[in-house]
Amino acid sequence: MDLAVMGEYLPRFGEAFLLTLRIGWAGIALSLLIGLAAAFIRHFKIPLLSGLMAGYIELFRNTPLLVQLFFIYFGLPKLGFTVSPELCGAVGLGLLGGSYMAESFRSGLDAVPPAQSLSALSLGMTRRQLFVHVVLPQAFAISTPSVVANVIFLLKETSVFSAISLMDLMFTAKDLIGLYYDTTECLVLLVLFYIVMLLPVSLLGRKLEKKFEFGRSGT
Amino acid sequence: MDKKNEVILTIGHLKKSYGDTEVLKDIDLEIKSGEVVVIIGPSGCGKSTLLRCLNGLEKTDEGRILLHGEPVDPKSAGIFRMRERIGMVFQSYELFPHKTILKNITLAPLKVQKRKKEEAEAEALALLERIGLSAHRDKYPSQLSGGQKQRVAIARALIMHPELLLLDEITAALDPEMVREVLELVLSLAKEGRTMLIVTHEMAFAEAVADRVIFMDGGSIIEEGTAEQIFHYPKTERLQRFLESLKFD
Repeated sequence: MDLAVMGEYLPRFGEAFLLTLRIGWAGIALSLLIGLAAAFIRHFKIPLLSGLMAGYIELFRNTPLLVQLFFIYFGLPKLGFTVSPELCGAVGLGLLGGSYMAESFRSGLDAVPPAQSLSALSLGMTRRQLFVHVVLPQAFAISTPSVVANVIFLLKETSVFSAISLMDLMFTAKDLIGLYYDTTECLVLLVLFYIVMLLPVSLLGRKLEKKFEFGRSGT
Repeated sequence: MDKKNEVILTIGHLKKSYGDTEVLKDIDLEIKSGEVVVIIGPSGCGKSTLLRCLNGLEKTDEGRILLHGEPVDPKSAGIFRMRERIGMVFQSYELFPHKTILKNITLAPLKVQKRKKEEAEAEALALLERIGLSAHRDKYPSQLSGGQKQRVAIARALIMHPELLLLDEITAALDPEMVREVLELVLSLAKEGRTMLIVTHEMAFAEAVADRVIFMDGGSIIEEGTAEQIFHYPKTERLQRFLESLKFD
């Protein structure tokens, strides 16, 4: 392994890292919004929309991100919309992630025991107060581990972005290997950058789980 | 309390069914201010359902429930105001696991009654002092014993200043050695003249605390009277059999 070569490639990997982070987190932010909305709709069984969301969730959970990206990237221009690769990546990740986040949030909402609602109602709380102060905080606490797992999964999924010509970490590694054959150096850098990207999320996740420990035990 | 004879809760011709099963068959009952009424009866006789109907947690099919002449109706917009006036404590405590003990007690006064934080906290701390749990104010429910949790649940109901307190088998989930600390708290509330409707399987406690005991079976009130009448001179055969079934000799 040639450290000098790795040092030379560092700036390009650094740029790719920032791009991956930018699009990855934009997609994750979108997935959280979609996931919350879909989970509320499903939890409250809002007519019509609830069925629609169920369809969306199954469609996106059961197709690969690569296929979804191809549809957005190559399909939309045929309908007259042009999308930049960045936007396409973020939206694709957001839609895929939304379907996973929806299920995480919904299982959290469904896991709060009904007796908690009775207890809040018996204190005179309105449905809204009960949801905001009693159900939602507990549901978030319960969902945290699976939401964190989703975030990590989604950040790793960004590695298919290269297929729509985004110069993410994977693209950069493959590109450099193809040009100069420094396979080991590039793969080591690739692994290091993914770890730098994901380790903080894992650690933060563990911290959050600890913080929410009380939300999951003993009433 | 000198308003002892004023009727505060009136239940008239209350009926409720789950599908084809009638769980409450034409219940009539009045509760006076300061009175402690205990309901006993076999499992599934409708006593817990009755309690839940009284603060609108269950819909009724027929009949009426009036608190100071105002209807308790789960379908009305005023039901939240009515529930505020009727406290309830559950068998499984149902404290809020994500809030500290102090915040469990102050949540409803702050959000529902919009009381000032200092005032609500001061009262909550006084209540914690009374139930002997001041040192636990910043702990979470999962760190407390069952008996401690149930005392917190009672404090959480008391801070709302309810006109009527409903206690639904509040010692049924407790280890035997914790039953006493909870029942002693309830006894002290009775001495203060709190109006309470209590469902319990603790017969000795029922006898000690009750001004009036009601025996329910199969969704109906079968017999009612003073604790002495009910426990020592039961009139109906069903009550005699029920009391007999609790004995071991």
